[in-house]
Amino acid sequence: MCLAVPGKIVELRDDGGVPMARVDFGGVSRDACMAYLPDAKPGEYVLVHVGFAISSVDEEEALRTLADLAELDEISGLE
Amino acid sequence: MKYVDEFRNHALAQKLFAEIGRRATRPWVIMEVCGGQTHSIVKYGLDQLLPPGIELAHGPGCPVCVTSLELIDRAHALARRPEVIFCSFGDMLRVPGSEGDLFGIRAQGGDVRVVYSPLDCLKLARENPNRRVVFFAIGFETTAPANAMSVWQARAQGIRNYSILVSHVTVPPAMIAILESPANRVQAFLGAGHVCAVMGYEEYEPLAARYQVPIVVTGFEPLDLLEGILAAVRQLEQGRHEVENSYARVVSRGGNPEARRMIFRVFEPCDRAWRGIGVIAGSGYRLREEFHDFDAARLFDLDAIVSTEPETCISGLVLQGARRPHECPEFGTRCTPETPLGATMVSAEGACAAYYNYGRHLRP
Repeated sequence: MCLAVPGKIVELRDDGGVPMARVDFGGVSRDACMAYLPDAKPGEYVLVHVGFAISSVDEEEALRTLADLAELDEISGLE
Repeated sequence: MKYVDEFRNHALAQKLFAEIGRRATRPWVIMEVCGGQTHSIVKYGLDQLLPPGIELAHGPGCPVCVTSLELIDRAHALARRPEVIFCSFGDMLRVPGSEGDLFGIRAQGGDVRVVYSPLDCLKLARENPNRRVVFFAIGFETTAPANAMSVWQARAQGIRNYSILVSHVTVPPAMIAILESPANRVQAFLGAGHVCAVMGYEEYEPLAARYQVPIVVTGFEPLDLLEGILAAVRQLEQGRHEVENSYARVVSRGGNPEARRMIFRVFEPCDRAWRGIGVIAGSGYRLREEFHDFDAARLFDLDAIVSTEPETCISGLVLQGARRPHECPEFGTRCTPETPLGATMVSAEGACAAYYNYGRHLRP
């Protein structure tokens, strides 16, 4: 139920006062309400849940997590 | 898909399993709170690949599973009314009430529609001015901003034939109920990542301190889950009990302030009955008084519908991590996803359905 999928903002528009976006999910695109991420820009990745963008996806944090995991046994070996 | 595929990397998962094995010196019980996490864990068989002794207890974080029978019966009564267009997320359609489910009501002529977003209901309401559109507003804090926005927009756009039947639940009171239960075995929690995307994790800090329990905010992909488990095991082994964020690409300490603001503009906390568990104080949201014109429970006078749970289903114990699905004598025999006795066998995120769908009834 709390399923949320990361997608890339393709374009932003105003839908009768409600900020909306076209969001691309790996080739499938759907509308998402952007009211809760007013500063998000096209090209950025957001997490979409029941048609609402609820969070930006932070690329730096994603890369840091993956880099930390890649170094896991080296770190453990040093301790 | 970006931000999904990388977090399913097999080689990195192997490293995480090895590291968890190195860190764990004794048995620990860790509860994943969210049903989406349960589904991922069982789908990828993560629990079966962990070192022996690290037990994952499946938590109550499936709103479909915990919506009370009484509220489902009230929803069904609304869906049967000829003037009503009853809208729901797809997951709710097969949940059994006292008499059948929403699919059955649709087959008998009820106007039941599946919506992707609550905003779809407003379009339906505009297109059908002579009908009354009712949305079954279920969900945790993740879904509350979307459902709140539908009411906010209905008022702003002057839509008078829209209302919601509110069944919102919130995570922290449920965690407290589990921790305070005399039967509790949970020693650490994997926090529900998408609930925290909205709410942040500040509110979990007093909880971790008071109950001396590690709480690790965790995502949904296999690497996210293993990273959360590793962080929980590290804390347990070191005797720490902190709130830690293992899902930093999505969650910040403060969550999403805009979304939180909208939740509390439209809703206020209330006591809520959880299916199979009972009433948990302060564990739900209801509409604030200024939005009572959008409250289906008031508009349609549903108080006369009172329901009691059948006693055969142990879903309440499953939802609290006290029993595992295959420990139920009905599991996989009388109770299957085709003929569910309880909601944990209906929703894809219910622990019983996850166990059944991934073959655990054949090989527990």
